[in-house]
Amino acid sequence: MTPPSAPTPMRRIASMLYRRPNFYLLLLLTPPLLWFGIIYIGSLLSLLWQGFYTFDDFTMTVSTDLTLQNFVNLFQPANYDIILRTLGMAIAVTLFSALLAFPVAYYMARCCSERMKAVFYIGVMLPMWASYIVKVYAWTLLLSKDGVLYWFASLLHLDGVVDALLQLPGIGGKTLSTSNLGRFLVFTYIWLPFMILPIQAVLERLPPSVLQASADLGATPRQTLLHVILPLAVPGVAAGSIFTFSLTLGDYIVPQLVGPPGYFLGSMVYAQQGAIGNMPMAAAFTLVPIVLIAVYLSIVKRMGAFDAL
Amino acid sequence: MRSDLTAGGAESPSWLLRLAAWGGLVFLHFPILIILLYAFNTEEAAFSFPPKGFTLHWFSVAFGREDVLEAIGLSLKIACLATVIAMVLGTLAAAALYRRSFFGKESLTLMMVLPIALPGIITGLALLNGFKQLGIEPGVLTIVIGHATFCVVIVYNNVVARFRRTSYSLIEASMDLGADGWQTFRYIILPNLSSALLAGGMLAFALSFDELIVTTFTAGHEKPLPLWLLNQLTRPRDVPVTNVVAMLVMLVTMVPVLLAYLLSRGGDSVAGSGK
Repeated sequence: MTPPSAPTPMRRIASMLYRRPNFYLLLLLTPPLLWFGIIYIGSLLSLLWQGFYTFDDFTMTVSTDLTLQNFVNLFQPANYDIILRTLGMAIAVTLFSALLAFPVAYYMARCCSERMKAVFYIGVMLPMWASYIVKVYAWTLLLSKDGVLYWFASLLHLDGVVDALLQLPGIGGKTLSTSNLGRFLVFTYIWLPFMILPIQAVLERLPPSVLQASADLGATPRQTLLHVILPLAVPGVAAGSIFTFSLTLGDYIVPQLVGPPGYFLGSMVYAQQGAIGNMPMAAAFTLVPIVLIAVYLSIVKRMGAFDAL
Repeated sequence: MRSDLTAGGAESPSWLLRLAAWGGLVFLHFPILIILLYAFNTEEAAFSFPPKGFTLHWFSVAFGREDVLEAIGLSLKIACLATVIAMVLGTLAAAALYRRSFFGKESLTLMMVLPIALPGIITGLALLNGFKQLGIEPGVLTIVIGHATFCVVIVYNNVVARFRRTSYSLIEASMDLGADGWQTFRYIILPNLSSALLAGGMLAFALSFDELIVTTFTAGHEKPLPLWLLNQLTRPRDVPVTNVVAMLVMLVTMVPVLLAYLLSRGGDSVAGSGK
């Protein structure tokens, strides 16, 4: 019998790593850690730090004197309006997409054959992943004067309804594409799939026995829906709302292309850092969505959103 | 009254539910169909509906345009580079995080999710600011770095799910039988991961190819395809060419998703499926 040959260097390294799992772990983690730690977290912290710098309105320059003035300025009426406008839109979009998503998710989860479920699944995934900017573009085509929606409205003799909707204060405007209603539709459309999938996942996990028990105990389907299914679907809705809420809060492309003039949080950040050149104020503004989202996350966490993600 | 539960577990839905569900699906696809339709429109200003006629003419016009071709090439290059980086980093992170729990593991996962969970404008501005301070001129490199940062988590999600399903004894057996680390990786781990890795890579590619918000901050003078499109939308001209490009971009972002779905069918799940 020949003696076992000496281990190759590669083999020796492999054994060494196997015996030192912590070192091996560190080795695996170093590249992603460096990447995220330096590039991402570093940039993020440095951005937030700039929120404390001073911007001189007269010379239009930034000095490194530390101040809290930028954060105080957030509560000026004009800026406060921007925050409320964006927050209101984010909440409206979240509520409406939950309303639209629920029947789709319910049908997918509980009323379909496996085959049909796959069709619906792809049917939701494709629009979710299709190019964001192209979807917004499609909506500018849909909403424009002589566009598709106006054509359908006149075909169905509903011009009066559209005009009446546009007369309403708050959501109205001159045309669909310059109204808050139009902007709201675009936002809802773009984030809707993010709401459908988590609700579907939660509903699918509902044990049929729960529904049977409810029916056996004499509940009508309506009662079962209201008192059994809806409460159990709350974690899914909460999980989906994380996306619809935070994505609407930070968006600045849709407000720029559809809807009435007036800043959104995202467009304000963009304007501050670009055209105005006030980086400290832009940095202060980025803190608003971060804080709002953190607050929102702590609320939905209690509703079980993280278990449904 | 009893609810209608059939033997297979599927309920027979009321017509109202059926209508709402299919209505939702139509709502999701209608704008996409409009894009497909308008790409073949004969008109110069394609905002009127219904279209007057159909033509392939604008495709040849679009493919004759230098700026369009350049934007397509640039976007493909960026998406490929970002995807490769994301695949390497995502796989490393998945290999490190799937088995052991240790102090700080949760924060590591959070750190990977943050770039995609926080609004793009924050990620974009932070990166732009970071590059400025390091004195890096915005360009292709900075776009790729930005994209790779938020693509990592997509690959990670897919690969970590596969790792969890792969038995660790396979790896130990390979080592026992005398394979070195590289051989184990090449012949045991990689074949096991391949379809999950491919699916994650394709999703990352689609995400990068389409990314607009972070790109506006990190692009400098470069004009990748989404930026080219945005530029066309804010100053509408060449509407027919825009329509054709819009359709192409949509297809390029949808096809990888379809492939990723097909690849990871059968027990495995794609990121976002929530199962």
